[in-house]
Amino acid sequence: MSVSETKSMNRRFLRTPMREQIPTIRKSNYHEVPYGYNEEEAVAEAKRCLQCKKPLCVAGCPVNVQIPEFIRLIAEGEFDAAAKKLKETNALPAICGRVCPQETQCEGLCIVGKKGDPIAVGNLERFAADWERSAGKVAVPPMSPKNGIKIAVVGSGPAGLTVAGELSKKGFDVTIFEALHEPGGVLLYGIPEFRLPKEIVKQEIDYLQKLGVKIECNFVVGKTQTIDELMAEDGYAAVFVGSGAGLPSFMNIQGENSVGVYSANEYLTRANLMRAWQGTAKTPIFKGKRVVTVGGGNVAMDSARTALRLGAEESIIVYRRSESEMPARAAEIHHAREEGIIFHLLCNPVAILSDEKGFVTGIRAIRMELGEPDESGRRRPIPVKDSEFEINCDVVVIAIGNKPNPLIPTTTPDIEISRHGTIVANEADGRTTKQYVYAGGDIVSGAATVILAMGAGKVAANTIIQDLLS
Amino acid sequence: MSNAILNKENLAASAWRYRIHSPKIARKRQAGQFIMLRPVPETERIPLTIANADAEQGWIEIIFQVVGRTTMFLSGLDVGDEISDIAGPLGHPTRIEKFGRVICIGGGIGVAPLYPILCSLKDAGNDVTTIIGARSKAHLILEKEMKEKSDKLFVATDDGSYGHHGFVSDVFNQVQDAGDRFDSAFVIGPVMMMKVVSSLTLASGINTVVSLNPIMIDGTGMCGGCRVTVHGKTKFACVDGPEFDASGIDWEELIRRLKSYQSFEEKERNEHQCALVQ
Repeated sequence: MSVSETKSMNRRFLRTPMREQIPTIRKSNYHEVPYGYNEEEAVAEAKRCLQCKKPLCVAGCPVNVQIPEFIRLIAEGEFDAAAKKLKETNALPAICGRVCPQETQCEGLCIVGKKGDPIAVGNLERFAADWERSAGKVAVPPMSPKNGIKIAVVGSGPAGLTVAGELSKKGFDVTIFEALHEPGGVLLYGIPEFRLPKEIVKQEIDYLQKLGVKIECNFVVGKTQTIDELMAEDGYAAVFVGSGAGLPSFMNIQGENSVGVYSANEYLTRANLMRAWQGTAKTPIFKGKRVVTVGGGNVAMDSARTALRLGAEESIIVYRRSESEMPARAAEIHHAREEGIIFHLLCNPVAILSDEKGFVTGIRAIRMELGEPDESGRRRPIPVKDSEFEINCDVVVIAIGNKPNPLIPTTTPDIEISRHGTIVANEADGRTTKQYVYAGGDIVSGAATVILAMGAGKVAANTIIQDLLS
Repeated sequence: MSNAILNKENLAASAWRYRIHSPKIARKRQAGQFIMLRPVPETERIPLTIANADAEQGWIEIIFQVVGRTTMFLSGLDVGDEISDIAGPLGHPTRIEKFGRVICIGGGIGVAPLYPILCSLKDAGNDVTTIIGARSKAHLILEKEMKEKSDKLFVATDDGSYGHHGFVSDVFNQVQDAGDRFDSAFVIGPVMMMKVVSSLTLASGINTVVSLNPIMIDGTGMCGGCRVTVHGKTKFACVDGPEFDASGIDWEELIRRLKSYQSFEEKERNEHQCALVQ
């Protein structure tokens, strides 16, 4: 008997599949790809959970969601209670259920996963949060009495939202300062609609506002007011900096400033925040018939898949290592392949080609092979001599990561900055070198994930509570 | 009310000056800085230099020309209306010091960002000669203000309808020929004008600063749309500029990048032969 036959005999080891839009249809719309579990599917999946006494999954979660407990509530049909249980530890479950890399966190440690498919923790988290919202059961949790202490949070991305939610529940008077005209940070401008509907982001932010969090948009901390001014003049007792990964990295190759070369930040911002994907939007974007995206992370997948939805006939990913080194989630790579994204692996652009008006006409790339592991632990790509070739295209999206934004480091003289330009903050407590200033998320770690930013936010919130209330 | 338009003045053909209630920005802004502005939610975010401000009264002024859809919507707002979004002050302030003799050269709407720089230069004790120009007398802005602040002011119009008949570059050559020498130059205007004029000032050995206005979305370093090549390196105008040493700028690249969306803009203009600006 083969392994797969054994599996099929035992339902415990088989995951309840998530229904999805079929690739040929979804690649030309912006609706979310997975539909989410219905109640029967959620209960069936929840019943697979072993309810471990010492759950490894919880240890794998950066915010320590009480996973077996919320899953047990779903198995018992107590969907509302499951959502409330989630929200005890995670203010943004509808977002995490969609974008967390569960396969390397909770699900990666699931005992059931040793013999079969791990429990679909992410799908269940999404289900509980969606159920609560669509049933109109979202309610303000028990709150500590107001303590009148003012806290400033810089940036309304996942780190900032988490800190704001945690501290507001504990009675603090929290204001989030957001540089853009709408709150949400990367959840809004970066992650596309088909992966994280903006309505969900909006509702999660509405929930925080119900908890008393104030949000001031169009406020660029460092420029509109500095951290010192917020503390000395406006009476903020503590400041949390979650300003995110700022400046997009480029490759510094010839032709990179040609017309039609975008950073992924710009491309996705035009598409998402400025709503180039909606017919009514007025922010122009080169849609491109052949779009090359450079990079192998989730942002590269998002860009390449956005290109398809904007009407590209071919959307091509160029990545210098092989698929196993790609930082993108397996599910994202899978979705991209299903939609027909073309992968040119083990090659790297050496120049961007353009016509006499400066418009992109293609890239020149070179083949790579993998050598010894580098400091990241991944095998280092090495160019293969005389292997250059050209790919024709009319849009290039550079998705090779971000450098930290200098606005806060350069205007906060007494905060220590690493040689990479990130803010130095203690991982265990979120403290920076400046008293009562805390930091977390991409501004500390360099570009990482939503949930790690939320984890850092949670740690910092606990330290702030400890530092200010004891 | 924050972002409310306090005063609206037509300075020249399709050029407007708005005074806007914006106490936080008024308090912080320095010469050379800009704001990102979105007049109404259905428009784009655009960068505009802060042309003047009063910290005590809590207002800033912007001067803009109607060139596309967003500025068209902006010009349609009235006193009392609130601008949807304003963020700033952004960018590095102008590096002001006592240079000695300074030449300020402004063209078209670029005279507006030159004005606060001129004021700061005078406050720092410089002797400032100013040359401003426009297509015609009807397009000339801020002559009175510039005259008040400058030690000497020259005016040029392309069509000769006012002042010197010709370009600001011709006037600069004449001033040079008359024996005037300068320690520093500030040149702001359309990109072709900055390219031509700065090549003359640089050729005369004058350190020259230009203020660039590439396409921007966020204005805080996040998108990289505003990148320009300066001395062979990619810089972001929003966080590294907007002012740069003119001698290092790749003008051809900047010109190409500014034209990126020309086809979109023309389409827009044709679709909106516009009731707002009439």
